[in-house]
Amino acid sequence: MTEATLLPLAVALPLLGAALLAVAGRALPRLGCDILATTCASAETACLALLWTRTDGHLATADLGGWPARLGIVLAADPIGAGLALLVAVLILAVIVYSWRYFDEPTGEHAGAFPALILLFEAGMAGFALTGDLFNAFVFFELMGAAAYALTGYHIEDPRPLHGALTFGIVTSFAAYCSLLGIGFLYARTGELNLARLGQQLAGHHTDMLTVVAFVLICTALLVKAAAVPFHFWLPDAHAVAPTPVCMLMSGVMVELGVYGIARVYWTVFSGPGGIPHAAFRTTFTALGVLTALLGALMCWQQRHLKRLLAFSTVSHVGLFLIGVALLTPDGVAGTALYVAAHGLVKAALFALAGVLLDRYGSVDEHGLHGRARNLRLVGVLFVAGALALAGLPPLGTGLGKALAEEDAARWQPWLPAVFVTASALTGAAVLRAGLRIFFGAGPAPRRRPDQEETTGQGEEPEIRSPQRTAPPTMTVVPAVLLALAACIGVLPAAATALAKGAAVFTDPARYTATVLALPQPAGEGNPPPAADWTMPGVLLGLLSTALAVALATAAVHQRTPELSAHHPAARAVRTLRRLHSGHLGDYLAWLTVGVAALCIALAAQT
Amino acid sequence: MGTWVFLAAGWVLLTALFGLVTSRNLIHAIGCLTVAQSSTYLLLLAVGYRRGATAPVYSDLTPGTRPVVDPVVQALALTDVVVGATVTALLLALTIQLHKRHHTVDPQSLTGLKG
Repeated sequence: MTEATLLPLAVALPLLGAALLAVAGRALPRLGCDILATTCASAETACLALLWTRTDGHLATADLGGWPARLGIVLAADPIGAGLALLVAVLILAVIVYSWRYFDEPTGEHAGAFPALILLFEAGMAGFALTGDLFNAFVFFELMGAAAYALTGYHIEDPRPLHGALTFGIVTSFAAYCSLLGIGFLYARTGELNLARLGQQLAGHHTDMLTVVAFVLICTALLVKAAAVPFHFWLPDAHAVAPTPVCMLMSGVMVELGVYGIARVYWTVFSGPGGIPHAAFRTTFTALGVLTALLGALMCWQQRHLKRLLAFSTVSHVGLFLIGVALLTPDGVAGTALYVAAHGLVKAALFALAGVLLDRYGSVDEHGLHGRARNLRLVGVLFVAGALALAGLPPLGTGLGKALAEEDAARWQPWLPAVFVTASALTGAAVLRAGLRIFFGAGPAPRRRPDQEETTGQGEEPEIRSPQRTAPPTMTVVPAVLLALAACIGVLPAAATALAKGAAVFTDPARYTATVLALPQPAGEGNPPPAADWTMPGVLLGLLSTALAVALATAAVHQRTPELSAHHPAARAVRTLRRLHSGHLGDYLAWLTVGVAALCIALAAQT
Repeated sequence: MGTWVFLAAGWVLLTALFGLVTSRNLIHAIGCLTVAQSSTYLLLLAVGYRRGATAPVYSDLTPGTRPVVDPVVQALALTDVVVGATVTALLLALTIQLHKRHHTVDPQSLTGLKG
């Protein structure tokens, strides 16, 4: 099959599968639905794996409907975009296998609805990663959004999922309309929607307020999806209530697609003359990334609701990804791409393991579950391995991605590696602390904190109807395989080399434009692919953050961390931060407005 | 027309934002969301507008005889309508369910998630 068939097929396959499941699901028995969904997900994974091998170091494009790229809509895949779509497909396959026996639903009218929604979600995410058209990206963004809102509120019997889904839906949709306004501004200036043509046309104009506002508005929806501070408030709420398989997807790859979208739009449209200067983008988005990484890590440490804890850890890592992308170097992109891939696999595995707890005990509360899961030894060991992977333990993939990104960051600002180490150590430590308490009963039982504003995670509805059944083996096998894959990314150099080549293509907008518009290729070789190997400082920093995580977690479990009085300034600051996460829709939208205004001012001041 | 339409679109968006931030009723909030969406229609149609031009429907129009407005933005607005209708319907369905289970549609009374 050629690239021109593979690309549309990658979007069409899950859409077809979703339609089939929605129709046939009423007639098919449970097993039939599972087989159909698994077949679709496997075919999509095979299709994207094939596409990824075909894009080895160059761009694959497909003109839809036979229209040339200057008129019609194009799909374009470089190794980074295709790799992200492949990560989507792998996680979807894992989720479908994980939920084979997870949802113990009665067959009948709605059988097949859950896998159909998951496949629709996949179509949106894969399309977003592969599109070469700005408006098309908006449509795929909304498709993935609508599927995600429906999946978040899937347990409609319980008010909390409805609350989470409504907040998620309203905040994201509002941000999407802001983006559409930005797209309208850009179209008014250039008369184009194709990313490559937009970049070309923008080069003929001067950077002015319209460019800045258009860029910030387009970024709004992507930043909300990426959950950068202060656009992140919907994320912990949605993750706390969404069914576990959905959390695996949202944290594993949907959030990262926002970061990818920002990088893609910046490089193809705004990186040239008439766009946003490199220095302005680098400073602003690094600052945003640092803020996100540190706040996410601090909030992660404060949580006792396991899913919320993992959600804040995602916020923190997104901050690190933003820093990696904002460096605007092939090295930064290569490191971030690796980090995203490994983090997605690890985070999905951790959510899957939290799902086992929810399945067994109907709770994901770190304090309430203290020592209760001692008999789930294998799950406990996997959970601790996941925590160490989050902390960046070499030679796991997360460690390699973090090492590459922080090494490149250190070349620009020598203090940036400290942010990487702090964020990964704190998030790893929080997960490790929860794992040690729940699975190994370490330390005394945690003290009660009746005065804290928090979501405890007790009394969650178990996601199945009969908690007495034995745990299905797929629920442990899937996270184990995901963790093994994350380890492979760090150990086998093939993935790192391919992504490094991809990063060289990704950061070369001239080549992108030439390939998409079928122009003669620019002279020269383009960027050389960056080195993507373990180095001594990288290994040492990875070991340092892991050691810090272990030390912090041990101290917390044995309650040797200093106890602050309620009036201590630090304790007050933390309490204020927690109060900001009030769960109120209006507050979240107000923060979104503050974020947009701050970004506009910051970028306008530097152009 | 010119600048005024862009200002109007911005004004409509800000009105919707104010409504969303202060809303005490989810149905009202979802209504505000559709108002925010209307601001995008306004902007898109203004971008493609040409004075004295007609609709780009060539069934009763010989090509080249009269100027037409930009069909691309109209296609965008139509797609936007479809997308918006889906999202609005979904959110309203969730609100109905919330009212059934929780007997409230006030977003401020939802306090299950915080910290």
